[in-house]
Amino acid sequence: MTLNHFSAAFVFALFASIVFGITHRDTAREMVRYGLYCFAMFLGGTIVAGWAMWVLRR
Amino acid sequence: MENSTVGKTRVAADQQVNMMAVIAPAIGWLIPGAGHMIQKRWIRGALLLISIFTLFILGLLMQGRIYKANGGDILDMLGFVGDVGAGGIYIVTLAKDWGQGAIAFATADYGTKFMIVAGLLNFIAVADAYHIAIGKKQ
Repeated sequence: MTLNHFSAAFVFALFASIVFGITHRDTAREMVRYGLYCFAMFLGGTIVAGWAMWVLRR
Repeated sequence: MENSTVGKTRVAADQQVNMMAVIAPAIGWLIPGAGHMIQKRWIRGALLLISIFTLFILGLLMQGRIYKANGGDILDMLGFVGDVGAGGIYIVTLAKDWGQGAIAFATADYGTKFMIVAGLLNFIAVADAYHIAIGKKQ
């Protein structure tokens, strides 16, 4: 099975965010919010790092 | 008389909490999410189980490599610490001799990292189950 770079990052971000959300917050609402925040940070960080490497390579 | 009954009830409740503080992390390590389920946090437990199990299995399917205890290299030992966090899934993987893929392409390396991260996430889930058991978290 092969995943491309983005789908691997997406899957990683999804499952890691679920666990982070559940374990780092106390109420259900906070869990969802923190999970979404982590997911956005994971994926956003990946995209920003990708563009940063593209700029450095030029 | 009444105070004595209340005292006995409190001692029994404390013992139950102490037992749960040992059992929940242990079973949570063996089966991801089970530490939450045994404390009736069904949805949280199911989500943890699905997340950690899927991440580990995807790592295996991507031909990731599993680390063993006697790796020799310091980085291999760190990889082992991560992998062993997955508990029962790691034990089954070792027993079945899965995860022996030679890392020949980038996604196989991702698979290796997926399995390590699954184990590390399970360590966090185990700590969370313990906190629930001692009443630090609801």
